[in-house]
Amino acid sequence: MGEQSSSHSSAQSRRRFLGNIARAAGGAGALALVVGLFARQAQTLPAQALRPPGAGPEADFLAACIRCGLCVRDCPYPTLSLADMSSDVPVGTPFFVARKVPCEMCDDIPCVKACPTAALDPNLTNIDDADMGLAVLVDEETCLNFQGLRCDVCYRVCPVIDIAITLEISHNTRTKKHAVFIPTVHSDKCTGCGKCERACVLETAAIRVFPRHLAKGRIGEHYRLGWEEKAKHGGESLAPGLVDLPDRLPDQLPDALKGWKP
Amino acid sequence: MSAKSYPGSDAVKANGWFTAHKWLIARRVSQFTILGLFLTGPLFGLWIVKGNLTSSLTLDILPLSDPFVLLQSLLAGHIAADTALIGAAIVLAFYALVGGRVYCSFVCPMNFVTDAARWLSKRLGLSKGWQPSRDTRLWILGAVMLSALGTGVLAWELLNPVTILHRALVYGAGYGATVALAIFLFDLVVSRRGWCGYLCPMGAFYGLLGRASVVRISAVRRDDCNDCMDCFAVCPEPHVITPALRGADTGTGPIVISGDCTNCGRCIDVCAKNVFQFDMRFHNDLPNASVSDESASASTNRHAAE
Ligand code: SF4
Ligand code: SF4
Ligand code: SF4
Repeated sequence: MGEQSSSHSSAQSRRRFLGNIARAAGGAGALALVVGLFARQAQTLPAQALRPPGAGPEADFLAACIRCGLCVRDCPYPTLSLADMSSDVPVGTPFFVARKVPCEMCDDIPCVKACPTAALDPNLTNIDDADMGLAVLVDEETCLNFQGLRCDVCYRVCPVIDIAITLEISHNTRTKKHAVFIPTVHSDKCTGCGKCERACVLETAAIRVFPRHLAKGRIGEHYRLGWEEKAKHGGESLAPGLVDLPDRLPDQLPDALKGWKP
Repeated sequence: MSAKSYPGSDAVKANGWFTAHKWLIARRVSQFTILGLFLTGPLFGLWIVKGNLTSSLTLDILPLSDPFVLLQSLLAGHIAADTALIGAAIVLAFYALVGGRVYCSFVCPMNFVTDAARWLSKRLGLSKGWQPSRDTRLWILGAVMLSALGTGVLAWELLNPVTILHRALVYGAGYGATVALAIFLFDLVVSRRGWCGYLCPMGAFYGLLGRASVVRISAVRRDDCNDCMDCFAVCPEPHVITPALRGADTGTGPIVISGDCTNCGRCIDVCAKNVFQFDMRFHNDLPNASVSDESASASTNRHAAE
């Protein structure tokens, strides 16, 4: 017995203690990684799922929303629901599917008021400023208006009619004597409420609302549009005296253009 | 042959069935009432409490939020609006008063499931199974917070069976039963009282709060203890009892001081000798201190008594 053996055993137990701590810390670290990786995989929002008004970019929303469902409760329509594990939407977060029940764009925006965490931005006070997504006419081949018919339903149901969506008239090349009325969405005004997609009379909607990052292209930062720059610089071209290359004509001119010279 | 041989039967004989079950009944009433308050709205259109346990609004005025989830959100990089912060402060203050893991014993919906698994495992005489360290859940709590910090999202809330179950109960969102079944089977077959006892980071979080909370169990009449062991048999965290009940010789006070104690009060129920009662953590002095002299850690109280 005595000093030596007891100090020996206490060193041993200290080593065992430190070993246990190291093992537990390692395990916790591994678990954190697994949970994190799972979260990374589970956080991509499917294209047809839209967030309530006022929700920020998806990554921010998933940090802010605590999945209480108060927005769901205060929505007067059956628009919002909380995702469960069967959907591709991150568990417990609120979403809606435009083709099923779109957002009715309440003037008082009760869902935003209900949110206790500001995951839905309380600074959104005018529902017309909402940005839940962006409508895109995805299929010209089935859209009735593109065929020269006057369906117009998506245009008529839009709560921001004539601002977010307009009908642009152009020539009907099939009949050669009528007009076509092309439903045209204006991305700076569309709120993404989804009423157009809901109302589309086709079996499968030709106009759909997607989260904005899926619906919108982006010009490169360096890109300049000559005519815009010209307007900005009082009609002066940015590159004065630029050589104007000759316009190239197609090899076979259509009949109407026979004899035309640039 | 006597009809004895379930924990608490002595207490039933001594004090009557009702007294020997009063805290169990109180707990069930509390659990069902809380669930019921969330459900009157969706079921009958009578809105008393909206939301779910992560954040709710009672009678359109009282906000309550779960600090465990809000802490994850904070670490993920979002500072919540005042409503949620006030709600979390109220909840923290409440549990700091009545006992951190009162959440577990009187509120948490998973407790139905784990208690049911414990009951069945006792009926079937199943073995304890896997018994890791009680600290495991603290490490898991750390991992949960780390994952929120690392990913910038509420990563654990994609998996948290407790919030998934409650959301399923209140919102009818799917897979609540699956999650409950998984926990039930784990507790039944893999590890007795395994989920709450070793793994649940939510319980660990409230357990940390419980390390400082005011209302505690006290083995105030521990001198009457006849070593029937019934309290150990019913307690979900039996290691918390020993220092309080057996501490007379070592100069430890009668208060169950460990944050792991859920304040479920079942020990009070099943003790035929009425050893236990609820008390405040400050009443941890040694009443009839029959102290042995060589006891090293003499408390100031004891000096005063001598
Ligand atoms: S604006 Fe109105 S309809 Fe749209 S999600 Fe919010 S509460 Fe529902
Ligand atoms: S109210 Fe806010 S925190 Fe609650 S589910 Fe809706 S968006 Fe998320
Ligand atoms: S340990 Fe977790 S699951 Fe168990 S009662 Fe507490 S919070 Fe609920």
